[in-house]
Amino acid sequence: MSWLLTEDHKRIALLYLIVVTIFFGIGGMFAVFIRLQLSEPTGAMFDSNTYNKMFTMHGIVMVFFFLLPSIPATLGNFLIPLMIGAKDLAFPRINLLSWYIYIVGGLFTFYVLLSGGVDTGWTFYTPFSSSYSNGYVIAAGLGIFINGFSGILTGLNFIVTIHRMRAPGMTWFRMPLFVWAHYATSMIMILGTPVIAVTLFLLVLERGLHIGFFDPAYGGDPVLFQHLFWFYSHPAVYIMILPSMGVVTEIISTFSSKKPFGYTFIAFSSVAIAVFGFLVWGHHLFVSSQSVYAGMVFSVLSYIVAIPSAIKVFNWTATMYKGQVRLTTPMLYGIGFIGLFTVGGLTGLFLACLGMDVHLTDTYFVIAHFHYVMVGGAIMGYLGGLHFWWPKMFGKMYPAGWSKVSAIIIFVGFNLTFFPQFLLGYMGMPRRYAAYPVEFQTLNVLSSAGASILGLGYLIPLVYFMWSLKYGPPAPANPWGASGLEWKTASPPPTQNFEITPVVTTDAYEYSTEEVVEVG
Amino acid sequence: MDSDTAVVPHGVETHHTLKHHFENAEQQKDASTVGMWVFLVTEIMFFGGLFLAYFAYRQAYPAAFASASNKTNLWIGAVNTTVLICSSLTMALGVNAAALGKRGLLILFLVLTLLLGSVFLGVKAYEYHDKWVHHEVPGEHFECEGCTDAGHASLFFSLYFGMTGLHATHMIVGAGILLVLIFQAYKGKFTPEWHTPIELFGLYWHFVDIVWIFLFPLLYLIDRSGPGAS
Repeated sequence: MSWLLTEDHKRIALLYLIVVTIFFGIGGMFAVFIRLQLSEPTGAMFDSNTYNKMFTMHGIVMVFFFLLPSIPATLGNFLIPLMIGAKDLAFPRINLLSWYIYIVGGLFTFYVLLSGGVDTGWTFYTPFSSSYSNGYVIAAGLGIFINGFSGILTGLNFIVTIHRMRAPGMTWFRMPLFVWAHYATSMIMILGTPVIAVTLFLLVLERGLHIGFFDPAYGGDPVLFQHLFWFYSHPAVYIMILPSMGVVTEIISTFSSKKPFGYTFIAFSSVAIAVFGFLVWGHHLFVSSQSVYAGMVFSVLSYIVAIPSAIKVFNWTATMYKGQVRLTTPMLYGIGFIGLFTVGGLTGLFLACLGMDVHLTDTYFVIAHFHYVMVGGAIMGYLGGLHFWWPKMFGKMYPAGWSKVSAIIIFVGFNLTFFPQFLLGYMGMPRRYAAYPVEFQTLNVLSSAGASILGLGYLIPLVYFMWSLKYGPPAPANPWGASGLEWKTASPPPTQNFEITPVVTTDAYEYSTEEVVEVG
Repeated sequence: MDSDTAVVPHGVETHHTLKHHFENAEQQKDASTVGMWVFLVTEIMFFGGLFLAYFAYRQAYPAAFASASNKTNLWIGAVNTTVLICSSLTMALGVNAAALGKRGLLILFLVLTLLLGSVFLGVKAYEYHDKWVHHEVPGEHFECEGCTDAGHASLFFSLYFGMTGLHATHMIVGAGILLVLIFQAYKGKFTPEWHTPIELFGLYWHFVDIVWIFLFPLLYLIDRSGPGAS
């Protein structure tokens, strides 16, 4: 019981970790169904309507209930106060409240799952969603609406904490870059999430009470829905990837035993991604009757996002250059992230290009692109972070051999799943179809085979993490020779985080010159 | 809130409302204030989606919006605006009374604010009822007598109900919080050193007020001097 009423940010983070993992399992189950269906061309396993529900539930669960809260609400929640030397987040009770709001939103989604699902796609485009769909659109919309407030409150809590709770001497430019990444993420959470909330609320009004906003039958314009939806949902992609970039920065620096190359550039590139992220939503509307002029502006703005993203990739690589690189499990995830995110980012440029995108819109090329960013980027970062801070969070070590093997299995499985989809999309296979022409079968079978390897890769950590909780050897305070404040306190940290409030006198990432003891 | 307050000696730095994770009262108050402002930013974005829809559709269908807007009751809207501005005045006076430690005045002004807020909501309910009776609620039975472009006039009323409805929801939440604050003020919980909830609620109340200051001209005053003016 003390767990369900706790106001300790570390315990709330673990509550989030449990529920986020459950949702990852559910979303993953739907991914399995999708890949099974597509392993042969006639689509014999489910009929089209059921298939529509499968990919919709996969999208809703993975985007809103797994990816968005994954790193911020678990690792961010646990680590931000520790990293800046605070006793807790600024508003511990609101932190607990956001977990409960997340649960209520999740229950709505469970209700939708059990009662028959939704078939609109996670994008809920009107007027199909508001007037024609036979699914439980209202319950699904309300679930996401409610869940939005959980994200808003988490972002608010982080911003106030970072502004007002830093330990003496912890200036803005002494903060770990993980904290900078979360500051930028929180900006998107508080500025973007209210917009999707009100948009889905209007959708519910239109569907439930026939108070029209988007359906042409009521005089409305469906494209307005797309504008409002993507005003949030494009920046939402950066809510997923920015925290992951923060994690990777910490990992790369620690296991190269070197300060991150270009601290201020990495810090400001996070903020730049958050700011530019709000100016590019129109690239989702290139073929939605948007004017060519608007399309050109959005196309150029989308290219600009590549600049801060590339700064980060170059800086991570430069950090490793001439560093003492140790290939621990977190580092394998970190390096994997750099490779996969680079592919995901560069293919994003194809899609930002107006002429190219007209050809590629709604094909598997888009699916492959955003899975490289969200799975290859965000989830690799999440798992890397989990492996990096697991000893700190639970005070237990996990088996180094198994974890390295699973990191490699995930990397291989991921590429085998999603790289064929680039080719499929380029050849013109559309997304969201339950069946396809025979000539696409080889690549689809490859993709499904890759998915089974990827699924296995995700199951192994689940097993050894559980194992480590009971049988894992105890973790020292700083098993990796890392530099942040979170490693200066015990593993797991005491309730008050630090015995005495730390006073910071140096920049972040000051590695001691002594030989680092290898543990992992 | 904390039960073990008696053992703490009274003083500015160790005030009994200081939560364990703050270093001092100043940091606690700072954090709460920043938190409230950030919350109001999220509120602006929340209303922002509706304002965007309003501007997009008004730009597209100016005639429909002008004629539908004239269906609203100018006088009732104007009186209600005055009532709401007065409630902001009483709220500001309440914050002042709290800062001066005048408990009786604080309670008086909070009650006045609650009363004025309730008057506003009552008048709003009357307006909604009036719209319902005249079939001006969007949906199957929607009619707009004498409207130009009735098909798009219903969009105006969708936005009218969406925007004023969201605003009224904020007023209702505010009224609920006011009840709690009045009770706490009656219990003597607020002091000149610590009355953060009163100050922060004041910010919220003024914000809701300002939203209405935008809604009133946008919904009631589009075309009052034009040829279709009543």
